[in-house]
Formats: sequence, C-alpha cells, structure tokens
Amino acid sequence: MYKNIFYCLSVFILLVASSCGSSTSTEVAGSDSVGNLSIGFVYIGSKSDYGYNQAHSEGAAALKNLSGVTVYEEENVPETMDAQKTMESMINMDKSTLIFPTSFGYFDPHALEMAKKYPDVTFLHCGGLYDKSKHPGNVGSYFGYIDEAVYLSGIVAASTSKTKKLGYIAAKPIPQVLRNINAFALGAQSVDPSVTVTVVFTGDWFLPVKEAEAANSLADQGVDVITGHVDSPKVLIETAEKRGIYSVGYHTDQTPLAPKGFLTGAMWNWPKVYTDFVNNYKAGKSLSGLHRGGLKEGIVMLAPYGPAVSEAAKAKAEAIKAEFMSDKGHTIFKGPLVSSTGKQILKAGEELKQQDPILESMDYLVKGVNGSIPAL
Amino acid sequence: MAKNSTTKLISTLKPVLNTLVALSISLVFFALFLLIIGASPKEVFTYMIEGSVGNWFSIQNTLLMMAPLMLVAFCTVLPAKLGMVVIGGEGALVVGGLASAVTGIALADASYALTMSGMFLSAFLAGGIWIGFVGLLKYYKGANETIVSLLMNYIAIALLNHLVEGSLRDPQSLNKPSTYHIGESKMMGDIAGTDVHYGVIIGLFFILFTYFIYHFTTFGFSVRITGGNKKAARLVGLSLGKIILITCFLAGGISGLAGMVEVTAIHGRANASLIAGFGYTGILVSFLSRHNPIAVLPVTFLFGALAASNGLIQRRCELPDATMVVLQGIIFVTIIGWEGFSGKMALQSFKKLKFNLYGSKLLADTFSNYRRSYKS
Amino acid sequence: MDQNFWLILLAIIGGAIRVSTPFLFVSLGECITEKSGRINLGHEGSMIMGAMVGYGVSLFTGSAWLGILAAGCIGSLFGLFHGWICGKKGVNDIAMGIALIMLGTGLAFFFGKSLIKPTAPRLDDFSLAWWSSVPQITQAFRINWLFILGIILAVVLHYGFKYSRWGMIVRVAGENEEAGLALGYNVNKIRTISSALGTFLSGIGGAYLSLYYPGSWNEGLSSGQGLMAVALVIFARWKPMQCFVASLLFGGAGALGPALQGAGFSYGYYLFNATPYILTLIIIITSSSKKESGVAPAELEI
Repeated sequence: MYKNIFYCLSVFILLVASSCGSSTSTEVAGSDSVGNLSIGFVYIGSKSDYGYNQAHSEGAAALKNLSGVTVYEEENVPETMDAQKTMESMINMDKSTLIFPTSFGYFDPHALEMAKKYPDVTFLHCGGLYDKSKHPGNVGSYFGYIDEAVYLSGIVAASTSKTKKLGYIAAKPIPQVLRNINAFALGAQSVDPSVTVTVVFTGDWFLPVKEAEAANSLADQGVDVITGHVDSPKVLIETAEKRGIYSVGYHTDQTPLAPKGFLTGAMWNWPKVYTDFVNNYKAGKSLSGLHRGGLKEGIVMLAPYGPAVSEAAKAKAEAIKAEFMSDKGHTIFKGPLVSSTGKQILKAGEELKQQDPILESMDYLVKGVNGSIPAL
Repeated sequence: MAKNSTTKLISTLKPVLNTLVALSISLVFFALFLLIIGASPKEVFTYMIEGSVGNWFSIQNTLLMMAPLMLVAFCTVLPAKLGMVVIGGEGALVVGGLASAVTGIALADASYALTMSGMFLSAFLAGGIWIGFVGLLKYYKGANETIVSLLMNYIAIALLNHLVEGSLRDPQSLNKPSTYHIGESKMMGDIAGTDVHYGVIIGLFFILFTYFIYHFTTFGFSVRITGGNKKAARLVGLSLGKIILITCFLAGGISGLAGMVEVTAIHGRANASLIAGFGYTGILVSFLSRHNPIAVLPVTFLFGALAASNGLIQRRCELPDATMVVLQGIIFVTIIGWEGFSGKMALQSFKKLKFNLYGSKLLADTFSNYRRSYKS
Repeated sequence: MDQNFWLILLAIIGGAIRVSTPFLFVSLGECITEKSGRINLGHEGSMIMGAMVGYGVSLFTGSAWLGILAAGCIGSLFGLFHGWICGKKGVNDIAMGIALIMLGTGLAFFFGKSLIKPTAPRLDDFSLAWWSSVPQITQAFRINWLFILGIILAVVLHYGFKYSRWGMIVRVAGENEEAGLALGYNVNKIRTISSALGTFLSGIGGAYLSLYYPGSWNEGLSSGQGLMAVALVIFARWKPMQCFVASLLFGGAGALGPALQGAGFSYGYYLFNATPYILTLIIIITSSSKKESGVAPAELEI
C-alpha cells in the first residue's frame, strides 16, 4: 500500500516539475516602466462581498481600463501590522505610488505610519479623517455624504410603508452609522412624522446569521421596510424579501436580490471618484486633504427604484434630490431636533450643514428612533 | 559513548526530518492544487520566496508576522506538557491587550520604564488569570479544558467589545471605538536599524525562558516526569493541582503578552483589531512544533513567511486570499497526518533504496531507533 | 411592556427554531463521532464546505435537496479522512480537526467566490401554526423539513445507541477499545465510519445555512457553529435527545440579542450576544465533577 502511495507521489513530483518547466514565460514585472502608474488597493474583507468591499473593488476595476495604469489589489487584510506591511510591500515590490487603504481602521496608525515613512507616495484613505494640523501632506482622506442618499431612501420607505414602522440593522453605534440612521429617520419623518425606526445593533460588520435574525425579529414587530448598515446587506435584503416586506439597500445596487420588495438604496459611486483622483494625480495636482461630497459631487447615488415604489413617492424623492443637486442644497439636520432620549439637539431655526464637523461625532439617535446607544 | 551521542542526535533530528519531509509533501499537494485550478506553481513558489525571504524588506516582514504568534503559541504549548489541550490563546491575547492598554492609560504620567513594566505585568497577570481559571476548573471540577478555553475566547471578545464601546471608550475614537491612546512616547519602538519591533525579542526570550524552565529547574523536571499523572506528581512531592495551575498561569501570561505587544508596538490602544485570529494560528504552531518551545521558533518562521508572502501572491498571481488558507490547511493536515506514517514508511522506503553511502551506520542507527519507537 | 414581553418571547421561540437546526445536525454528528471514542473539532470545516457545495449544487442542478445530499457527501469525505488518518498511531485527533477546519474553510472560500453573487434555489418552509392567524405566530413557527428530519434523527439515534446492534458496537468502541477488539471488531473501522456519518450530518447543517437560513452563500456564514458543537455535546451529556434541547436553547439564546433590541432594549448587546457561551460555560462548570466518569465515553481523552 505504501509502495503505491510513494509511486503516486513520485508521479506528482514529475508532473509538477514538468509544469514548472513549461511555464517559464510567466514573468510578471513590477510596473516601474516609464510612464506607468502603479496603484495599490487594500480591502478589509473579500472583494466579492456584495457590499462595502465590492463597491471599492468596482471602483478599482474602473481604473484598470485607464491606459498606463496598473492596479494591484489585496483583500482580507486585517487592521493589524499586516495592513502596514501590505502597503509597504505594494510600495517596495509593486512600485506603487498611489495607495488606497479602503477601510476606516487603516488610517490611524497604519496609513499614517506609512505616510511618514514614504513621503513620495500618496495615500488616499476612505473615511474622511484628515486633519491638516496633525497629518502628513501626502495623505488624503475621502468620504461621501451618503446620508443624503439615505435620507432620500427614508422618504421612499416612509411613503411605501403601510405599518409606518421601519427597521434599521446596524453593526456598531459609531457616528457614521448613527448619522445614517438619523438621516433615514428624518427622511421618513419628513413624509409622515409618526413613522418610527427601530434599530438593532449586531455588534460586528459581517454576521449573516445575526443579521437574518435581526431582520426576522423586526418583521415580527410589524416592521415592513428594512434597511441596514453592515458590510454586506445581502442577507437582510433577502430575508426581507422572504418575509414579504420591503427593503432598502446600501453600498451597492442590490435590486437583483429582491425583485419584488427592493425599494431603492444608497450607493457609492467609486468608479467616478477613483477615476477623478487618478486623473488629477496624473495631472500633477495634490490630493492631500479632505475630499467630501454628496449627490451633487457624484460621490454617492440613489439606486434605481423598485416596482413597489409609487409614482407619488418617486416624485417626492426626486424633488428633494433636485434640491440636494442644486447650489442651495438641502439641509438634513435642522432644528427643532430632539434626541430619542428627549435632549434638545438643535433649536428651531438652527441647522447643521453637511460640512459641519459636529456631524462627524454624532452620538445620539433622533426622536422617533427606537433603540439606545451605550453612553459615551 | 560515540554511539550514544549519535543516537541522541538522531532522536533530536528525527522529528525535524519528519516535519521537513511532510512539509515537502504538502508543497507537492499544493502544487497539484495550483495545477488543477490552472495557476503556475513555479510562479507562486517564486513569489512565496520573494515575499518571505527574498529581500531585507521581506525578511523583516516575516519577522514582524512572527511576533504575536511566538508568544500566543505558548498558550497551547505549555499545558500540552501535561497532556492538556488548551485553545484559549485568542482570549488570553485579548484580555492581555486590554489590561495593558488600561494600565498604560492609568500610568500616562509615569516614566517610560514604569509604564512599560506596568503594562508588561498587567498583561501577564490578566492572561495568566484568564487561562489559570481554565486550569482551576480542570483540576477542581474536571471540566474539559479544551471546551472551557474555547468558550472563554468568545467571552473575552465580547468583554473587549463591550468595554471598548462603553466605559473605556475614548470619545475621540469616533468611528473605530477604542480605548484612549497610551501616548506616542510610551510606544515600544523598533530595534535600531530595522522596522522590527521588540515584540520579536520578547518572543525569543520566552522561547529560551520556557526551554530553560522545563529542562533545568525542579518545576520543569516534575512537569516532565508527571506529564499530568497524579500518582507520579505525588512521587516528586508536588501536588498536581499546583502544577496545573502554574502551567496554565504561565501559558496564559505569555500569550497575554502577545496582546501587550500588539497594543504597545502597533495600535497604541486596545480595540477590535486585537481580534485577528492569532490565537487560533497559535494552536497550530504549537502542534506543529510538537509542543517543544525551541521548535516554536522555526514553525512561527514558517507561518510568518506564509503571512508575509500572502499579499504578493494575491497581487501578482491574481489569486484570491483563500489560496493561502488552502496552502496552510494542506500543510497542517499533511504534517499532522504524516505522524501516522513516518515511522513505518521511512523504514520501508529507506530499506528499499538500499543506501550505500558514507555513514550508513548512522542510518542503521536511525532504523533501529525508528523500530524501537514504533514498537513501544 | 406586556405586549413587548410576548413579542420577545415569540421572537426567541422563532429564533430558536430557525437558528437551532445547524446546531442540531452538527451536534448530532459530533455525538456519533465522540460516542465511538474520537473527538473531531473539524466539523466547522465540513460544515463550511457543505454550505458552499450545497449552494453550488443547488444552483447548477436547480434542486436544493440535491444540494443537501451533495453537502452531506462532501462533509463525509472530511470525516472519512479524519477517521482514517486519526486511526494511525501518533496522529492527534484534536490537532487534525483544527487543521481540517483550515483546509475546509480555505477550499470553500476559494471555490465559493463565484457563488456569492448568484441566487440558487432554496429550501421551502411551511408553518406549524395552522391554528393561528396571527402573522407573528405563523412566522415564528415556520419550519423546514430539515428541522423535522433533525428531530427524527435525534430520536432514532437515541434508541439506536441504546438498543440496536450497530449502536452497541459504536458504544463498545467508545467505551473500551480492548473489549471491542476482543469481540472481533475493527475498532478503527468503526470509528472511521462513525466519523464519516458524523460529518455527513455537519455537511447538511452547513447546507441548511446556505440553502435555508440565512439562506445564501457568503464567507461569514458560519461563525463557529461547528466548533461549538463540541461544547454542545458535552452540554448534552452525549445524549442525542438532549442535543436537540441544547440546540434549541443555543438558538434561542442567540436570538435573545436581536429580539431584545427589536423591542427597544439595546444596552450591552455584546454581552447578550455572548449569552450562549456564558450559559454553556456555567452548565459545564456545574455539571462537571471529578468523580463522575460514567457519562463521557471512556476512550475519549477529554
């Protein structure tokens, strides 16, 4: 018996050896040739997750079509030393001069450390964290006012909901997430002030069973539109469809997952953003600083409307969308604004523009949202 | 005398040789896998070498990837000397990291040396008590240490998340909930002239330290003698309870230091980035090194090399991240499974090949050695 | 408040039914393996493989039940391998289990990349609550045939271990290797078969995840259910019927966090999410006793 195994093994070895011999022409050179731009993308999860990372990867894919650009991608890179070494390896071995660390947690300390060490390389981080007084000049940070698209989805959701109860499944109660929840609730309340939004925090960015369970228990409570802010909203949208209720997407267009109940969703437009970045980079412009923008700047978009959305609801959403696109803009967070615990956030007449940094440290849920967040 | 020392040499070399043989076989299996999926083994292996030891950057990268594993592996290594299978490294790392961050923040105004020793001690104590509890339950209640330590991992992670998002949270850590920073001046720093932090040195120290303890002290002697046997323990005059408790405390303490290294050398704070699965890799390191402290070094080197070259293979060969997980799986399955063949197979194959080389006596000794160990 | 209480209770019952099935299959699988005197931590690996292969086969053949069968078969390959190789002297079953988790996960993620996007036919369900017209109740009691199959399996195994010849042989292998050998049985063979049977079940458990609940293939699908099976079996004192109870309890505890938040209590959700683990730990602590040795199979080094 062992003789056979040994025999098989030697055959394998021969096979491998011959294949090695035949594949000598597979040279992949670093892209240091003249005029070629090498760009590195680092993802926190799988780039085919139907959510956050896929959205970025689609942006990276758009760059591959540009001439003179080579794109290197690395997925499932944890926010540990691994993140720094991945960027450094892209710089050293792929000769990348433009790096996109796409996860929020890559910024401090990982991207900052690398930026200090490699002043000739440009780092563009997704998260909107740049502070000119503290951070090096070869770093830029970008993020979209996706709450604008979420606000519009809230309008569509409230217009479609029959029970006037909406559900929001979120990973963690961090400012970015709270801002989206509040924008969703305010959008919904602009249609009907009696609408409530119930929040379930799952505790992490990718927990399919918990997300499905949350969607089910929300449906049990009579919620008939579900949306969420997790890395891959696939499960919650499919669960909503299974339960025969409506869903609102996030990150990418999830229409195919729920042909009946998908209403609309907030999604990123990274292909445009990344193409612009690279063109500016090639034109020699500095990419340092904070890059932010919403619907008007084309960083975020609204997903196509589903069949369940009435013409009236579409008209309402489109009207506000037009305001967002206009020079005057539309303000989401304006007084009177009261938190879910009854605290006065903004007095009547006060308003917070999208660029206001106070919005970046949001630590409350607005009135009409069921749920609480741990005291900060 | 001479014969005796050759036998001794061979008996030490035997497991090393066995592992090397198994490693080569696993690489053949992996090459086959690559052929099946249509990738070029030659290309992959080339990048694997380039990315792990191919240049100074890669070597440093490998060393850095080794650091947490060298420490956390001891959570399984030490109890294994008593026949216990403890898999709680992840939990010990997490509580160790948390404890050192809390201490570091509390000692913000103290001197560097005091803060460092405080963080060191608190991480050691926290990890030690965490796994010591596992030993306690094992000895007094007969609770299965494998399962208990597994459950404790999940509990430690929940505790970390709860505290980091609640009472220990730095309000400035907006979208990535973390504790306060221990201060840039309190960071561990790199070994002069390199990018490699001192965590590697701590790891090396404990490899030598445990080797010394187990081979040159009374405690180590009694552990080796008893091997978890109650009656034998009584013979050497130590209670088995004490041996179990001390072993588990040491094991947890050392793996707690892995958390401290992550905090003081990389993140500066405790947050969810500590949960990176090092603890689970540590279990495999332990088994692959046959629970021998010295062997932990080359085995973690192997793991470090795989982790360091992972990215390059992803980027150059355009293979998904899972490829390297497959490789790791193949390596472990082969090395652990090879144990079942090594004795018999080596004997037969060597006999068949009829070695007629200088030093055939050496081989003859090996055979008799194999035969003896196989029969016993 | 009163209404909230009922809603939470209902959500927990519903959650217990929905979430428990994979736990049930995996723990029954582990139970068979352990009864024969081996411990296989690798159920997590066969489960993830089962989830991926089940989804893929269902996608390509159009039949979810064929997917379930394929998942069981791929799972049993892992068990067969584990059983065979751990029969060799010097191979540690726990280490091999962990290695197989890694291999299974790697292979499943590798070959599953192209399955993340497409939508495969899923398993149907039906409601047990024909007596009610309240939608929440009918929803909570929606079950799938696999759930029923799992219960039947638990009963069959319960009596099978007790009274059937096959059950006795397995138990002999698990209780006393020498006795098994003396009776003329090939203990290794028995363990290998038990191991393969066990992972057949965990493969099905995985396919339940991808084909019914949550019902799609992705890389975060299994979050340690396979590893927890080992704890569940201890929790259930190696009794198949109690595996069922333990799985329901586990499923229910997992549904506690989302259900409480759905009703408006969101403080400390991490701790609520950890309840299954804390609960198991407490039960293991209270139920373990140094003197008690009759429950666990004696050949099991645990």
